[in-house]
Amino acid sequence: MSLLDVRNLRKSYGALKVTDDLNLSVDEGELHAIIGPNGAGKSTLIAQLSGQAGSDGGSVRFDGTDMMGMPMHKRVRAGMSRSFQITSILPGFTALENVAVAAQAGQGSSFRFLAPVADEAALNDAALAALARVGIDDRAFVKAGSLSHGEKRQLELAIALATRPRLLLLDEPLAGTSGAEADRLVEVMRSLKSELTLVLIEHDMDAVFSLADRISVLVYGRIIATGSPDQIRSDPKVRAAYLGEETEDA
Amino acid sequence: MTNLFLLQLLNGMQFGILLFLIAAGLTLVFGIMDFVNLAHGVIYMVGAYLAVTFSQMTGSYGLGLLLTLPATLVIGLVLELLVFRKLYDRPHLDQVLATFGLVMIITEGVEIIWGAAPLSVQMPDLLSGSVPLIGPLRYPVFRLVVIAAGLATAVALWLIITRTRIGMRLRAGATNRAMVSALGVDIKKLFTIIFAFGAMLAGFAGAMVAPILTVDPGMGESVLILAFVVIVIGGIGSVKGAFAGALLVGLVDTLGRSFGPIILRSFLDPSAAGQAGRVLAPMLVYILMAVILAARPAGLFGART
Amino acid sequence: MRLIPTRAWAATLLFAAFAALPLIAAALDDAYLVVIATRILAYAIAALALDLILGYGGMVSFGHAAYLGIGAYSVAILSRAGITDLSLHILGAIAGAAIFAVITGAISLRTKGIYFIMITLAFAQMAYFFFVSLSAYGGDDGVTLSTRSTLFGQPVLEDDTALYYTAFAILLGLYLTAVAVTRSRFGRVLTGARENPVRMQAIGFSPFRYQLTAFVISGCMTSIAGVMLANQASFVSPAYMDWHRSGELVVMVVFGGIGNLLGAVAGATIALLLEEWLAVLTEHWPLLFGLILVLVVLYSRDGLTGFFRRRL
Repeated sequence: MSLLDVRNLRKSYGALKVTDDLNLSVDEGELHAIIGPNGAGKSTLIAQLSGQAGSDGGSVRFDGTDMMGMPMHKRVRAGMSRSFQITSILPGFTALENVAVAAQAGQGSSFRFLAPVADEAALNDAALAALARVGIDDRAFVKAGSLSHGEKRQLELAIALATRPRLLLLDEPLAGTSGAEADRLVEVMRSLKSELTLVLIEHDMDAVFSLADRISVLVYGRIIATGSPDQIRSDPKVRAAYLGEETEDA
Repeated sequence: MTNLFLLQLLNGMQFGILLFLIAAGLTLVFGIMDFVNLAHGVIYMVGAYLAVTFSQMTGSYGLGLLLTLPATLVIGLVLELLVFRKLYDRPHLDQVLATFGLVMIITEGVEIIWGAAPLSVQMPDLLSGSVPLIGPLRYPVFRLVVIAAGLATAVALWLIITRTRIGMRLRAGATNRAMVSALGVDIKKLFTIIFAFGAMLAGFAGAMVAPILTVDPGMGESVLILAFVVIVIGGIGSVKGAFAGALLVGLVDTLGRSFGPIILRSFLDPSAAGQAGRVLAPMLVYILMAVILAARPAGLFGART
Repeated sequence: MRLIPTRAWAATLLFAAFAALPLIAAALDDAYLVVIATRILAYAIAALALDLILGYGGMVSFGHAAYLGIGAYSVAILSRAGITDLSLHILGAIAGAAIFAVITGAISLRTKGIYFIMITLAFAQMAYFFFVSLSAYGGDDGVTLSTRSTLFGQPVLEDDTALYYTAFAILLGLYLTAVAVTRSRFGRVLTGARENPVRMQAIGFSPFRYQLTAFVISGCMTSIAGVMLANQASFVSPAYMDWHRSGELVVMVVFGGIGNLLGAVAGATIALLLEEWLAVLTEHWPLLFGLILVLVVLYSRDGLTGFFRRRL
């Protein structure tokens, strides 16, 4: 059975159909990449799946549960987390605190008012582990706002991991990273494949084709093809849609 | 009873129109500049004082009113250039504090110049009579003139906003601030104009009520907060919303005070009804605001929250 | 966010100075000093409470004077009902403040920015008019309290110094509590929601619940300040809820540097002493106070906050 099942999902901004009767099925344990030219509606799709943006119609089922109308924070608690294309961190918190507060969401009540949270070993250990996994544990006590761009991308992933999702929606995790940082993130994603299900939106085609179990191609709000990397590479519709497209997303 | 209702209806309209004159400028400032201005009420108050002084100097309320308009326009200009302009990019907290400081300065300044005792201005003879409505009921001409002048201003504003280029920019800016700069408008000039114009409208309102209310340094404050309620109800940045909100607040407040106890008497014994009415009536507009917000957080005509 | 040692030292010094103040007043034979200082302590409680939501939660409440009034009137109302004990007055204040804060907070927090400021201001004005229309308690004119609250049944608070030390103990207790809250799990979520609400949702928090809780805690704390003010003045009137008072509370928090609980205590002290001093210079002191406020906001590049942060 598929872990994430999207049927006839729709969303329009005025006359513009951004998501147009979209169907998508993500199997438990796979890394499912979604590619498509600029303006295909990839980020909107992530926003709809995560609950950040509403949908005009259709259904989103996660592990058999209807997610439509469920706010973002409840979807996260149900096991579906996301990362942001444009880095979204807590700049005044240290890197460690950014991740620890994510771990805190999944561990017990946050209506505790007197005990110092900085002394909670369980949260700090979980945070350090997530930071180590993405390779910035040496920057744990630096204010997140002062991290380099690449480090912020790594932190973004660590935060998402700390929510211990079953399904992780990654919105261009490599955007703006340098070669070494990108390699590191690709390796992290590869290692995650055995632990959780991933939906990856990414423009770096080398990364996508080396990581993905299956790829769906999104054009003008519709999935025009789904298949293994080899099937997608040779699909004539995909070649037509992608002719000359190899640019950064807007 | 019908007569009383008609009378209070007119009073409520007159109060609503007054609130509209104050809220119209304020809502544009809030919507287009995302700027909190607590000092708008004191401009209304200053307008009333200037009308008193100019009327005494010229011996004519009409001339006094006419002189008040450019005077408050200039005050708006000066405040914009000296203070507000420096605050647009600041956090709301800074805007609140600086304009709160201005309220203290201007209120105290008015007390130094005019004294703390209430003043009044002689109503022009021409407008001091009353006209018959229905039956024995009569209504003061002056209050009718206030309503008419306010409605005329509303129509003029509506024409400016819907029919002129600057109005179109205002509307675009009030719903989407990024749009104004995208249209290549000289924002600084636009902001200055809106501010000065808003100040003039508030001053106009102050001058209009000078003959029927007592003019005192505190008169701007309760009106300011009611103007906030109007803007919240109508939706920030919407002049149409300000008009609807102002009339609603004016009518609910006026009718609530006079008819609240009467309505309550049908459920409660008279003394309890009187007491409950006295307590509830002044709270009514705030309860109205709460109900509208609970249903529509962006207000009746608001696009943004 | 641990208290750095210098902060702990500053807190110790400030509270030690407050503790020693009645002795100094006795040495100078200046009883009025204790009276002013009691007011400062009460406002410091309110500023502390406001800083909790303004500084840590990013909620600019411009209606916190309503809670001062709720606290003050709970003294008047309960006293008239024959309930005189301070602890019960405080409990009554907290209950009243909690109800008001839950209702108005739930509505106000559906909005942000300018809306939030205006709505909190409007609700405070509603509370103001409510108490103005309470003719049983003097309406506009308010009521004079014939006695102060009792402590464990004893009229010890009639003594100004005893009242002072009671206010001091409450402030100290609430300060330590507030510091703990900002460093707790709850405090971390609250601060996170100020920094980036979308991020907090994306890790599984609904900011609203935490913000509303903080709003209620802050309102309840402020109402305790109202209880102390009513006792200090032996007088209760709607003037406690004047919107100027709400403004002054915000000024106090900002004078001390927002998001810095000790700063709120210092800010209340600075603002009230400044008022006292200006009032000696001229009866038109609000003009000077307003001028100082405008100038500091205008000519400090990051606003008042930056102005004071750079200098502390």
